[in-house]
This record gives sequence, C-alpha cells and structure tokens, in this order.
Amino acid sequence: MTIPLSYYLVLSGIVFLTGVIGVLLRRNIIIILLSVELMLNATNINFVAFSQYFHDVGGQVFVFFALTVAAAEVAVGLAIIIALYRAKSTINIDEFQLLKW
Amino acid sequence: MSLYGTDLLALLPELIVVAAACLVIALDPITPASRRDLLAWLSLGALSLCLGLTVGQINTLNIRVSAFSDLVVIDAYARFWKVLLYGVTGLTILMSLPYLKAERIHLGEYYGFILLALSGMMVMVSGADLLTIYLGTELMSLSLYVMTGLNRSKPRSLEAAAKYFVLGAFSSGILLYGISLLYGMAGSTKLASIASAIGTHGANDPLVLIATILVAVGFSFKLAAVPFHMWTPDVYQGAPTSVTAFMAVAAKAASFAAFMRVFVEGLGGLKADWSLLFLLIALVTLVLGNVVAIVQTNIKRMLAYSSIAHAGYALIGFVAAGRAVGPSGSTPGLASVMIYLALYSFMTLGAFAVIGMLRKGEREGEEIEDFTGLAKRQPLAAFLMLVFMVSLAGIPPTAGFIGKFYVFMAAVDAGLAWLAAIALLFAAVSAYYYMRVVMVMYMREPDPAAVAPRLVTSPALSFVLACAVAGVILFGLFPNPLVSFALQSVLTLK
Repeated sequence: MTIPLSYYLVLSGIVFLTGVIGVLLRRNIIIILLSVELMLNATNINFVAFSQYFHDVGGQVFVFFALTVAAAEVAVGLAIIIALYRAKSTINIDEFQLLKW
Repeated sequence: MSLYGTDLLALLPELIVVAAACLVIALDPITPASRRDLLAWLSLGALSLCLGLTVGQINTLNIRVSAFSDLVVIDAYARFWKVLLYGVTGLTILMSLPYLKAERIHLGEYYGFILLALSGMMVMVSGADLLTIYLGTELMSLSLYVMTGLNRSKPRSLEAAAKYFVLGAFSSGILLYGISLLYGMAGSTKLASIASAIGTHGANDPLVLIATILVAVGFSFKLAAVPFHMWTPDVYQGAPTSVTAFMAVAAKAASFAAFMRVFVEGLGGLKADWSLLFLLIALVTLVLGNVVAIVQTNIKRMLAYSSIAHAGYALIGFVAAGRAVGPSGSTPGLASVMIYLALYSFMTLGAFAVIGMLRKGEREGEEIEDFTGLAKRQPLAAFLMLVFMVSLAGIPPTAGFIGKFYVFMAAVDAGLAWLAAIALLFAAVSAYYYMRVVMVMYMREPDPAAVAPRLVTSPALSFVLACAVAGVILFGLFPNPLVSFALQSVLTLK
C-alpha cells in the first residue's frame, strides 16, 4: 500500500501554514525562528514527496541543499539573537522600538 | 558525468571571489589592525581580476555557455550584471575604508562578507536552475544579515540585523515553497524544463498559479516592493551606511537580475498572469514609496523609501516587457530595467557616500537637519549631494532622467501610457522630498550654536565620489554606450 501524493501535499500545506501563522503571530524571536524552520521543513516534505512521485532524485538533492542552508541560517540567526540579547536583555520583538516610521 | 575542466573554467570568476573571501577571513586574525587596509586592496585586486575574466569570457554576444549540466549559464545577460556588480562592490569597498574607521568598526571580515555576498549575487545572475538561484540568494542574504549587524556596539544596528534576518528568512521560506511546487509541476527545477512543462500543462493549472504567486512574493521581499517592503526602512537606517549602500544597489540589482531570468525564462508562459500581478505591485510600490518618503526626517530612511519607489519604476519596465506586443517583443522593457538599475547605482552610491562622510561630532550626520547650511560650510560636498538628489528625482540632464525615460518609453510602447503618466506624476512628487534636502543645504543658514559638520575624507572616497558624479553626468549626457550594451546583453534572455 502506498500513500497517495495528495496526503503529503496536504500535510506539507498544513505545516507550512502553521509556520507562516507562527511567524506572523508569535513575538519571541526564537519561536519565530522555529516557525521559519517549520516552513522550510514543509518544503522538504514537498520535495521528497514529488521526488518519490517522479522517480527523480533531483528533489532529494534539493532537500540536502535546503537543509544545509537552513543550518547556516540558524547559525547566523542565533548569533544575531545572542548579540541582541546582550545589548537589550530581551528577545521580544515588541520591545524593539528604536526603528519605526 | 564528472567535473569537467571547462565547467570549472566557466565558473572561474565565482571561484576566485570565494577564494579571495576565504583568504581575507583567514588573513584577518594575523593582520595587525593598522594594516587592515591591505585586506581591502586584496579584495579589490580579486575583483579586477574577475572583471577581466568575465569580460574576456564571452567573445560573441549571442553565445550561451552552460556549465554543470545547465545549473549555471554564462551569457551576455549575466555578464552585464556581473560587470555592474564588480563596479558597485569595488566602489563600496573603497567608500567603506574611511567610514568604517570613523565608526571604529574596521574589521577584516567585513571585506570577506562583501566578497561572499558578491559571489552569491554572481551565482544568482548566472543561475539557470532554481536550485542555484536559491543558493545564490541565500548566500547573499546571509552575508548581508551579518554585515547589517556589524556595528555591535549600537543596539540599532543589531535590531536592524534581527529584523532583516527574520523577514529575510520568512521570505526565503515562501520562495522555497513556491520552488517546491514548481518542481512538483515540472519534475525538475531547471528553468528550461519548467518553461516546457508550463507549455504542456497550460497556464491555468491552479498549482502553477499558486507556485508563481509564492515565488513572486519571495522575490518581492528581496526587491523591496510594496507590500513586502516593511523591512527596508528599518534595515537601511540601522545598518552601517556603507552596508546600506551595498544593499540598496548591489543586492537590488542582483535580485532584479535573478527575478527577471526566472520570470522570463522559466515562467514566460504565464506572462499574462504575472504582468497583471506586477502591474499592481508596481503601482502601490510607486505610490507608497514616494508618499511615505515625504514625511521622513532621517535621510537614510528617506533614501530607503526612495529605493522602494525606484524598485517600482524598474518594475514598470518589467511589466512593459510582459505586456509588450510590438515586433521587438520584451527586449525594450527588459533592457530598460537594466539601464534603470545601472544608472540608479551611480546616484545611490554617491548619495550614501556623502552621507557616510558627513559627521557631526561623534556621530554620523544622517538626519536631514544635519545638512542645514552645508553649502556654506562644505560647498563641494553640498554640490555633490545636489547632483545626486537631482538625478534621483529624474531631472535632465542627469542619469536619473535617462533611466526614467527608457522605462516610460517601454511602458508607452506596450500600451501602458496611463501607467507611465501616473509614474511621471509621482516622479514630480518625489522631486519634493529630494529638493527638500537641497533646500536645507542651500537656503538655510547654518545654526552657529550647533556642532559644525565635519567631513571624513580620503583619496579612496574622493575617487568613489568622482566615479559616481561622472557616471551620473556622463551617462545623463551620453547614454548611448550603456543603452546599446543593455540592448545587446538582454538578447540572450529568452
């Protein structure tokens, strides 16, 4: 028994939307970062599902690259967050009011 | 399939830039603080080597070399952008030298990050596969996040970096999701395969439309088009001025280059859909960018909104390319975007160079108030700023006028005369806030009680300003070489 492609797409759609809503609603930068990771993982589900469907390895190769980029992104992001926490002792984005129009 | 020498040879400029970046970062700890200038000169040396290679790589303009089984292409279109990016990067490095020293953030890795960002941009403009374009975009963005937060002693700089990072990562996620759906449609991420899959699927597949919208949103963030512009003012204001200049010019040019290749080569079959979408985006971008710029009091923030508005003008050229019906097809529209961004680079770099050298006491003179009476105290700096402001407003005989002229002509040819008329109206609105800077410099008396502005100059900075002002005036008077270069370069984009 194989799982149909549409199941994967629905799952990835739900994970992606969870991530988008998390980025838009949560106020803690770490949680926002986690939500971005959810979005990226939804993408990976898509790639692997399509890769299986097409019998094409290209999608899985893309996942490796996406994972690498996500790791680099987290490294840079956490470094920025730590530097910001040292300067302001908070990581709640509502507290960052120096810059606004 | 193996790594062929010819493939590596085709990517030689990118490899040199990456190698130079690694070398700079490795040499940084063993370089005494007083000799850090050498790292900048090393980077400039690598850039000039790459410039020679890129120009020499293509002898005939119609050639299109694919490397690594079509992951990247070397063509005249990529060459146009690479030459522009080398120039912009070189000028940014030169203007960074005195600025970073004055701000006491003269760190060696800064040059490494500039070169890494440049290599990402080069991959973006050469990418023929969504994988390479995505990787290039990320390499550019990650380097820019770090550079934005370079001034760690200023909470403002860190805050800007955090905002840029969060919104940049969010937009990359959206872009990547769009790419994954396109992969699901075409079974490959190559632009050529996507184009042929759209040909067979037809343009009305909802999956394809959703994917196109997601990719468009992802790119709109990078281009700073409304409604995905919210990061721009904060980041432009918070980042060190030399980094802001680099972002405003190089990152925007590279994003436009990749964006045009993806939408023309990959999603060309959906022209009718995306040109309507970008028509709306261009309109709101123009209106919001120009109107909100009026109320700004910080000049970096004002230039951020101005850069949003300029993205709107460039998008008009792109919409004209999508709507074009004439015999020359999309060529004039696409070429007008290239001309616009090349000319925009000179005036924006020049304006940021003036802002970066103006200092009031210990801090940077970045409020518009700080320019009060500058013409009395520093006539030359005030005059240069005048030239850049006039050019940004698009008044002849400067480069800004030429850029707008070609964009508007392309729009009129594509039957979008009404859009050109609205854009012209908002160009008049923009003259108001650019001229306010000129008015403050020339018409107001300097306040005798206030700290007198001081200029941080150096021969390198003078050279940057000379290049920028020469570009603005010479291309304003004799645009033909640039125009024919752009028209020839765009022919390889199909």
